[in-house]
Amino acid sequence: MEFLAYGAFFLTTALIFSLITLGLNLQWGLTGLFNVGLAGFVAIGAYTSAILTTPDDAARIGGFDLPILLGWLAAMIVAGAVAAVIGAATLRLRSDYLAITTFGVAVVVQLVALNAQGLTGGPFGVGFIPRPFGSLAENPIVFNFANLAIVAVVTLVFFLALEHLARSPWGRVLKALREDEKAAASLGKSARAYRIQAFALGGAIMGLAGAVQAHFIGFIAPENYLPTLTFQVWTMLIVGGSGSNRGAVLGSVLVWAIWVGSGAAVSALVPTDQQARAAALQIVSIGVMLCVILLVRPMGILGGTPKRKAPAEPAAGRP
Amino acid sequence: MRSSSGPPEGRPTVLSVRQAVKRYGGLTAVDGVSFDVGKGEIFGLIGPNGAGKTTMFDLVAGSVAPSAGQILLNGVDVSGEAAHRRIARGLGRTFQIPKPFPELSLLENVLLARQDQTGERLFMNFLAPGRVRAEEAAARDKAMDLLDFLLLKRLAHEPARVLSGGQRKLLELARVMMADPAVILLDEPAAGVNATLLEVIIDRIRAINERGVTFLLIEHNIDMVSRLCNRVLVMASGQPLCEGTPEEVSRDPRVIEAYLGGA
Ligand SMILES: Nc1ncnc2c1ncn2[C@@H]1O[C@H](COP(=O)(O)OP(=O)(O)OP(=O)(O)O)[C@@H](O)[C@H]1O
Ligand SMILES: [Mg+2]
Repeated sequence: MEFLAYGAFFLTTALIFSLITLGLNLQWGLTGLFNVGLAGFVAIGAYTSAILTTPDDAARIGGFDLPILLGWLAAMIVAGAVAAVIGAATLRLRSDYLAITTFGVAVVVQLVALNAQGLTGGPFGVGFIPRPFGSLAENPIVFNFANLAIVAVVTLVFFLALEHLARSPWGRVLKALREDEKAAASLGKSARAYRIQAFALGGAIMGLAGAVQAHFIGFIAPENYLPTLTFQVWTMLIVGGSGSNRGAVLGSVLVWAIWVGSGAAVSALVPTDQQARAAALQIVSIGVMLCVILLVRPMGILGGTPKRKAPAEPAAGRP
Repeated sequence: MRSSSGPPEGRPTVLSVRQAVKRYGGLTAVDGVSFDVGKGEIFGLIGPNGAGKTTMFDLVAGSVAPSAGQILLNGVDVSGEAAHRRIARGLGRTFQIPKPFPELSLLENVLLARQDQTGERLFMNFLAPGRVRAEEAAARDKAMDLLDFLLLKRLAHEPARVLSGGQRKLLELARVMMADPAVILLDEPAAGVNATLLEVIIDRIRAINERGVTFLLIEHNIDMVSRLCNRVLVMASGQPLCEGTPEEVSRDPRVIEAYLGGA
């Protein structure tokens, strides 16, 4: 019984990660936009929904006690809007600048969460975030499965929507832009407009994932959104296979399993006084997994065969 | 210099280039070129290697911004406008060195050229999926016809990277035709294409031209130029050398000297 409850809990967390990875796959796998600050977007979503849905709290601004679904919607809108603004500001000339900016955004979000105590609760975070089936919390199995069901439905909806988009004419333009921007421009495609759209939608999905996770745990704090999170999600995408939505989900479940497994091994094998230090081994373990995949299957588990290098451009013939 | 000839009587000007200049560091690739092209013309642009012909196309197509001078499409100054806006103004182009999307199928390559597709707008794929599907089906039929015409139908579902050099030229043509532009810039469409197919391409350009589509043609194949073009501009070292009918320019001693002397 306890095992079942734990299994549901594990899967719920893994599927929330899947949602973040799906957002990253849209940005990187499909569009080629390098987001090294994705933890920032997850945090924006989490805090937005938390501030809107928690009950009134004298210590903080916010606590609007709004319905959870409204919080999730707002999380998507705010995270998506931040991504759109960053995209619009940095994707003018080259997409390289975006990477640096996303890193900065994650740092800023982290600092705001830590210091804007009146809004975010500072280092103490936000508690009492309403949980979707809070009334069932007495019975852990039912509660965990109800949570799993919600998260599974949300993930499935976005998985299907993203699959639909990847095969749509819109997705085709993204692929074309990645392959030859000048040719795509000659066919009327604005690289910047499409990239901003993809980046914003990816950011919105990350924000939603952050919100879902916040409501699932009931409590958030700045240290949930450290660069470790960004590293985990990138590993998930690369292991599963960048460019593949199914790969994104599979990679998330696998890497999360390794993460949790190595965490359990550390607490079982390492003496108590050394455990805080040994926790770093979790990062090492997924790092090792990343290296192994890169060596054995560089395109990831479901990423398909490596692209053959296109034959050299033919020299223009002369009569 | 500016020769006497302009677009033939009674043809409205669709494209004007006024004193276009493009400098790359110390090198002036295009050095004060002006010409006007009338609706329905097939206008040739010839000259020795490195004369600045492709650079001239890049200026007209907006892929590079002119250092000086203006480009007018249907009377509108588009000199500062981004390349991706040109096709909505009715201007399409092919590349001298073909630029296929290598990992996309030939069919997808051609489909991308179709303009005003509802499905290329993000949310429309969810809001109007029926319309997206219908447009896509119609576009597919047209794309398959074009691929068939250019002898590429057999490869429609292969990734474009498998194409030979000549086939890539054909794919460029299929793509630009798919967009139905009013003005088409062709940069050496015949290079590397075999003689039989070349005849087909010439026929097709004529047929499209008869429907009122204007062409600019860069070609080293002088036979093709004299069969298709009503007027020709000769460039050398970035500068306009002379302009006239194919017969006129081929008799011009300056042209002969430019080609032989490698000016
Ligand atoms: N991006 C660039 N940077 C620097 N120089 C360039 C660039 N593009 C073209 N050039 C130079 O401009 C000059 C004209 O080149 P262009 O490609 O326009 O010639 P072309 O007439 O098309 O020749 P060809 O018949 O060989 O295709 C050449 O000397 C070339 O080296
Ligand atoms: Mg050239």
